[in-house]
Amino acid sequence: MKQLMLGNEAVARGLYEAGCAFVSSYPGTPSTEITEAAAKYPEIYAEWAPNEKVAMEAAFGASLAGRRSFCGMKHVGLNVAADPLFTISYTGVNAGMVIAVADDAGMHSSQNEQDSRHYARAAKLPMLEPADSAESLAFAKLAYELSERFDTPVILKMCTRIAHSQSVVEPGERREYPPRPYEKNPGKYIMMPGNAKRRHPVVEERLQKLKEWAETAPINRVEPGQDRTLGILTSSTSYQYVKEACGDAYPVLKLGMVWPLPERKIREFAETVEQLVVVEELDSFLQDYCLGLGLAVTGEVSFPAVDELTPNQVAYELTRTHPVGVKLDVEIPPRPPVMCAGCPHRGLFYTLKKNNLTVLGDIGCYTLGAVAPLGAMDSTICMGASISGLHGFNKASGGESEGRTVAVIGDSTFMHSGVTGLINAAYNESNSTVIILDNSITGMTGHQQNPTTGFNLKGDPCTKIDLESLCRAVGIRRVRVVDPYDLAACDQVVREELAAAEPSVIISRRPCALLKYVKHPGPISSDPGKCVGCKSCMKIGCPAISIAEGKAVIDNTLCTGCGVCAQLCKFEALGGRKEG
Amino acid sequence: METKSIMIVGVGGQGTLLASKLLGRLLLGRGFDVKVSEVHGMSQRGGSVVTYVRWGEKVYSPVIDKGQADVILSFELLEAARWTEYLKPGGRMITNTQQMNPMPVITGAMAYPQDLERKLRAAGIDLDALDALSLAERAGSSKAVNIVLMGRLSRWFDFTEAEWLEAIAQSVPPKFLEMNQRAFRLGRDA
Repeated sequence: MKQLMLGNEAVARGLYEAGCAFVSSYPGTPSTEITEAAAKYPEIYAEWAPNEKVAMEAAFGASLAGRRSFCGMKHVGLNVAADPLFTISYTGVNAGMVIAVADDAGMHSSQNEQDSRHYARAAKLPMLEPADSAESLAFAKLAYELSERFDTPVILKMCTRIAHSQSVVEPGERREYPPRPYEKNPGKYIMMPGNAKRRHPVVEERLQKLKEWAETAPINRVEPGQDRTLGILTSSTSYQYVKEACGDAYPVLKLGMVWPLPERKIREFAETVEQLVVVEELDSFLQDYCLGLGLAVTGEVSFPAVDELTPNQVAYELTRTHPVGVKLDVEIPPRPPVMCAGCPHRGLFYTLKKNNLTVLGDIGCYTLGAVAPLGAMDSTICMGASISGLHGFNKASGGESEGRTVAVIGDSTFMHSGVTGLINAAYNESNSTVIILDNSITGMTGHQQNPTTGFNLKGDPCTKIDLESLCRAVGIRRVRVVDPYDLAACDQVVREELAAAEPSVIISRRPCALLKYVKHPGPISSDPGKCVGCKSCMKIGCPAISIAEGKAVIDNTLCTGCGVCAQLCKFEALGGRKEG
Repeated sequence: METKSIMIVGVGGQGTLLASKLLGRLLLGRGFDVKVSEVHGMSQRGGSVVTYVRWGEKVYSPVIDKGQADVILSFELLEAARWTEYLKPGGRMITNTQQMNPMPVITGAMAYPQDLERKLRAAGIDLDALDALSLAERAGSSKAVNIVLMGRLSRWFDFTEAEWLEAIAQSVPPKFLEMNQRAFRLGRDA
């Protein structure tokens, strides 16, 4: 029966129907829902791994053991997993192995907008790229066939607009595959130099065979068009925008496989049209390939290497016209994302701001601590970079910065790749102060469990990694826990640990205010008789507080009653908890 | 038929996703090709959010660009003003008159624009403005703003009231069903 599915849910359905038995991933927008949806099928073992490298290695192990396996990640996650990726390309697989990577052109929820197609070329792996949910399902299944037929992991490339769009799919039945027996094969699976030297030519031959397959594969299809002045080479969302703008006017070569590319098919297509045009998002990957073939591409048409493509941009380049709307002559204030009312990170960031500290930040909801009025962050690079960056910062400053510089990192990010940085700080003895913002969940991506929460992906209780013990075990003697709702305690602990003459970890612990099990005391009240309009409460950037007619006003629909603002009020105008 | 496009805009946390899912299911039931596009992740944290619903014989783009929306349904007044340019000339804008201050307004760095309803009409926009928050509260919960607005949007479609109520029943917990059905009717009839 036809139904609407997110592209990500459709990938999960494809995994299910293809008999996938093992899924290991780390959450990351826009890839997260693949693994969440896969976990709902009882036939699939599914887990959150601490990071993408672990996930990919686990998926490889499952393939080696003979079961079809999968790992999914966002584009920057593939950077983390790049190490196993390049070598699993050499070993190939036993049972089929599929890797999904979801790019985020336009950076809706990412720190960069890299184009993951380069990984397919660099690692010499096949990459399929669906253009809607039906293809997401079909390509996931096809990926397993290719994986086993050509003895290779296969990359399924998603992007925000495909991953997070629902379109029509017709689900099919699951097919079970008996486990492929594992056979010891050192020449194939032990990648020491002698063996790897023999495997590399196998990889190159495989790429040629895949290229031959791509020449006649139905997923690389020519759609006819009457007007042969242009012929368009495209894939993914770009294909949808081309069809939206031009319908069936021009011939289109729609690629379902973006690496390796079908050279003959592209040449033949180019010969049938006056001008070959490539429509693609971000880097000129397909275009550079065509140029490399000596084909004249693009003509007057050009697309930028930055930001996601839009339907109007494509329409304008192909037809020199696009729809226009009504513009309102009003200055519209932006509405950036903010820390939620009651967010436990707020009190801690207020403390960092108040003490005028340099803060090396990390990836998560708490990156919002960088924006006004808190503005308590100096750098954000990638998962785990806060702690390792702080170590380098302190070493380079000759210890001079140690008393006024901290790293902040979430619980899930710490487990992902923060702990190795902490080991470095302990081992190489920088007097670093690391703050773990433990909100007992992976918040940013929409509440996924992680090794510190005590629950697994399926929601069942499991081993809970104890952060305090872990920090002590890697050599940190000073480990403190503080409640971020308690501003006085935060201030005291942060000052003491910065003053201490050895590395320390402060665990700022309180569960995410959006977790269903968290009970809030309810909105506090403001007393206009006592409020003098000093705006001290506005320093924390809480969306539930605003100033109207010179007085603080609490939004009862947002306020959770956390009481952080009340601790800033010297006039007792804000009700709720009074501390300090 | 020509592909139709509706944009649902609002503030993260207002329940815009439920509205688009519900609409998508109803349209699919009529045999249309349908695409519903959402934004997840960071933008949801109290930021400006957009979902797109498109349907027709064959739908290509999952997103809507400037000048393409037949209808914009806005959950908040400033958001209606923000996305005006996406409305097709002659398109209809339905907006909640509720105002939610974005952070630059809360901190005093910028002002919430005044008189937006009048300015929207003055720009030639076919505007249908309603106080969905009050209606939701009258139905029993301020959280039912999204269902009130669905009720208002329902006037634009030829689905029967029973079809809408059935779709709502499939999408909300049973204990809130009666309240949500009240909210839907208040939006549809107000």
